[in-house]
Amino acid sequence: MKTNGTGALTGRIAGAICVLALLLPVLAFASDRVPKPVINIDKQGKCVEDTATMRREHPDMLKHQRDMTMHEGIRTPKYSLKECVGCHVSTKTGSVLGDKGFCQSCHEYASVKIDCFSCHASTRKLASGAKP
Amino acid sequence: MSANETLSRRGFLAISAATLGGVMLAPGIRLIEIAGARAPDQPVSRQVRWGLLIDTNKCAPGCDDCVKACATENGLKNTGHPRTDAQWIRKVELKDMRTGRVSSVPVMCQHCEHPPCVDVCPTGASFKRADGIVLVDRHICIGCRYCIMACPYKARSIVFEEITGQNPDVPRGNGCAESCTLCVHRIDRDQQPACVEACTRAGHNAMIFGDLNDPQSEIAQRVAKYASTQIRADFKLNPGVRYQGL
Repeated sequence: MKTNGTGALTGRIAGAICVLALLLPVLAFASDRVPKPVINIDKQGKCVEDTATMRREHPDMLKHQRDMTMHEGIRTPKYSLKECVGCHVSTKTGSVLGDKGFCQSCHEYASVKIDCFSCHASTRKLASGAKP
Repeated sequence: MSANETLSRRGFLAISAATLGGVMLAPGIRLIEIAGARAPDQPVSRQVRWGLLIDTNKCAPGCDDCVKACATENGLKNTGHPRTDAQWIRKVELKDMRTGRVSSVPVMCQHCEHPPCVDVCPTGASFKRADGIVLVDRHICIGCRYCIMACPYKARSIVFEEITGQNPDVPRGNGCAESCTLCVHRIDRDQQPACVEACTRAGHNAMIFGDLNDPQSEIAQRVAKYASTQIRADFKLNPGVRYQGL
């Protein structure tokens, strides 16, 4: 009997620990203990698709558009990187990069390397000063 | 299926009839113009062949307006290493030793019909667009420099340093081969290449840009009327850049 009681108690404690262990990340995320990406959107209004679609599919959209632009000369603004940058640059830094930059903050958080801006401009046309 | 086929066939006939009708109804409108005026969501057409005609009699030695305009438009900056800096267009001076005549000509990517850079590219990054513009797809370029070796016009360069502050229309980056794009971003907006615009604006009028396939275009008419040459025509690459008075 005594052994059984201890066993039941141990089981209950183990169960509680398991539940706690499962809940911990959720609790931690709900509180401010885990840093979250800073998403500053200076320009309010609708993006080209809804937020969930944009978060999940923006790499595919950009890749599809890039091939069409490069090889077929189709320069429609809807999914073009230039338009993304034009809308999402920070009003303070004029760029989508930087600590709280729209692209970099999320990509750094998700630890996904962002190659676009080794060639593409991360600023709007006028801010880059490329044109007189 | 068959209904769809009939419809599409009927649609095609209707479009053809409408196009022909347009030509017949309005003699000012040319068929080639209808094909040339491209909607932004339409791919480039094979009917177009972009070309340049450079009149060497009007191109003054020492003038580098086109080179400067190219650098400004495409964000080519002096990094302090002139031997390795990317060079999209350069002025070359030629002297006939027998007569002493000096001619100065801008040389850039000649936008060949059969480009050797495309033949040798191991990844398919170097390609020719349907309208005859030879480009490098930097997304695919691995920077092997094979195209630089293959080009008989020394038109290709490789970027050796990190680049910042690009023109948003002209992405450029370290480790990729590049050359004159004929200002493809401007052509797609129905503008002329920056070099041609600068040459015309300065009043030299030594460069003409246009569609070689359009018999009504200025370039096609000039090429048909006056003798013009392609550099190293013996290679039979059929460059889109032609020179008058060379």
